[in-house]
Amino acid sequence: MPIDQWLPGMLRAGALIALLVMSFILIFLIGESWPVLSKLSIAQLGTDSSWHPLEGAYNLMPMLTATVLASTGALLLAIPLGLASALFTVFYAPSCLAISYKRLIELLAGIPSVVFGFWGLTVLVPLLNQWQPPGASLLAGILVLTLMILPTVTVMAHAALAAVPVELVRSAAALGLSRFGTIQGVMLPAAKAGITAGIILAGARALGETMAVLMVAGNVVQYPETVFDPVRTLAANIALETAYAMGDHRAVLFVSGLLLMGLIMVLAAMAEALGKRQHV
Amino acid sequence: MQKFLKFLIVYSLYFVVTMGCATQLGAQTKSVTQRLVVTGSSTVAPLVNEIARRFELAHPGVRIDVQTGGSARGIIDVRHSIAAMGMVSRALKPDEADLRAFAIAQDGIGIIVHAGNPVAGLSRQQIADIYIGKTTRWNALGGTDTRITVVHKAEGRSTLELFLDYIQRKNSEIKPHVIIGDNAQGIKAVTGNPYTIGYVSIGAAEFEVRRGSSLRLLPLDGIAASVEAVRQGVFPLSRPLNLVTLGEPHGLARQFIEFARSPQVYDLVEAQYFVPVNAD
Repeated sequence: MPIDQWLPGMLRAGALIALLVMSFILIFLIGESWPVLSKLSIAQLGTDSSWHPLEGAYNLMPMLTATVLASTGALLLAIPLGLASALFTVFYAPSCLAISYKRLIELLAGIPSVVFGFWGLTVLVPLLNQWQPPGASLLAGILVLTLMILPTVTVMAHAALAAVPVELVRSAAALGLSRFGTIQGVMLPAAKAGITAGIILAGARALGETMAVLMVAGNVVQYPETVFDPVRTLAANIALETAYAMGDHRAVLFVSGLLLMGLIMVLAAMAEALGKRQHV
Repeated sequence: MQKFLKFLIVYSLYFVVTMGCATQLGAQTKSVTQRLVVTGSSTVAPLVNEIARRFELAHPGVRIDVQTGGSARGIIDVRHSIAAMGMVSRALKPDEADLRAFAIAQDGIGIIVHAGNPVAGLSRQQIADIYIGKTTRWNALGGTDTRITVVHKAEGRSTLELFLDYIQRKNSEIKPHVIIGDNAQGIKAVTGNPYTIGYVSIGAAEFEVRRGSSLRLLPLDGIAASVEAVRQGVFPLSRPLNLVTLGEPHGLARQFIEFARSPQVYDLVEAQYFVPVNAD
C-alpha cells in the first residue's frame, strides 16, 4: 500500500489520541473537583482566611500569587540571560566556543528537575540562609527555576536567530549597518516569533514545575513580603498534600490543578494571539 | 485506509472483550474466597496493607480488603460489624471498653536539630513556644545567638497530627519557615541548615544518625529519643498503632492479628519507620 494512503489515517489517529487524552484529563479534573465546585462557592477559594484544609479554610490565592511571582521572576532573569547567550553564540563567539557553549546549554536542558532541586537544597538554600534566613524562599525558587528554563529560552532563540534568511544579513551589511544595528534592526524583529514561542514554553514549564520548587521554596502558604520569604506554589501544594487528602481537601487540590491548567491555557492563547499578529 | 481502520476497530473491540472477560473470570474465582474487611486510620493502613499482602500469600483463598477513613471510621465500622477489624492510631478511650485493641506497632516522633547545635534538650512548653513563634532565637534555649528556622509538615500527615496533639495546638497557630512532605526531606532540611529544628519519625531519624548524617535527636522532657524508648512506651511523643475488634477476635481475624504481631512482619513494620511490638 503506498505510503500516502495510510499515512493520513495514522496521523489522524495520532492527533485524535492526543486530543482524547487532553479532554479526558480535563474531564477528570472537573469531575474530581466537582464536589467542591458545586458545594462551596468559588469566591470562598479567594476569601477564606487561610489554607488550612483540615480546619475548613481553602484560600488558594496566596499559592496562586506565589506561582505567578515565581514564574514571572524566573522569566525576568532567564529572558535577558537567554537572549544574551543566543546572540553571543550566533554573532560574537568564535565557532569552536559557540559550539561547545551551545552543547553546554543543551546539556543544562536535559538535567532532571530533582537534580536542580537537590542542588538548590544543599547549596543554594544554605548560602541564602547565611545571608537572609531561613534561606528556603521565593528567591531560591526563582533562581532554580531560572536555571531550568534558561536552556529553553536560549535554544529557541538560537534556532530562531539561525533561521533568519542569510540575504537579510547580507543586505544589512550592504547597507553599512553596524553589528549591533543589524541585530537590533534586522535579526531580532525577524526572529521575534521564535523567540516569543521559546519564552512562552519556558513560562509554561516554570508554572508547572513541581519537585525543584518544592525542595527549595519553603512551602509556607503566605503572601511573600520580600523575596526572602518562603512560599508555596500550586504545583508544590498538589504534590505535598494529595497523598493524604480526603473529601473536600482532595477536591480542592483538584481545583488547584484546574487552576494551573487554566494558567497554562492563558499562556498558550497569548502565544497564539502574538503569532497571529505577527503574520498580519 | 478503510482496511486499516477496519483492522483498528476489530482489534480494539477484540481487546475490550477479552479484557472484560478476564476481569469477570477473576471476580468469579474471588467470590468463593474468604474475605476480611479492615477499615480505619490512614497511618496504619499502608502497614496493614503490606502485612495483608504477605498474609494472603501464606493463606491462598483469603482476601483482605484494607480501606482508610480515619481512626473514628475504624471504630464505627467495627461497632456496626461492617468491618472485621478497625485500624486505630491511638490508645482506646475509657468509653471504648467494648472493643479490644491489639498493638501491631509503635509510632514515635523525634525532634531533630543539626549535629552542631549545642542545645541539650527541650521541654514540651519550649517546643510549643518555638512552633507558635514565641521563641525565635536559639540563645533563649542555651544555643547560639541565631534565628530558629522552624520546619513543619504538610497538612494531612499523621506525624503532624501526633505532633500537634503533643504541643496542644491547632495547625493554624503554627508559624513555620519551611514545610516539608516526607521524613527524608525533613532530614535534608535540617542537615543542610545548622539553625533548623524539625520533627520526623524516630526510626527514620535514628537510621540517619547511625549513617553519620550531621543530625541530632533531642531528648524530650529529659527522656532520650530512641526507638528503644518508644518500644518501652516511655517516650512522650509516641502512640500505639492498633487493630481493634468488637469483643475477642476469632477465626480468620484472630489468625491475622497474631500474624501482624509476629516477628514475621517486623521487617515490614520497620520499613514504614514504625517500631515493632513484642507480642508476649
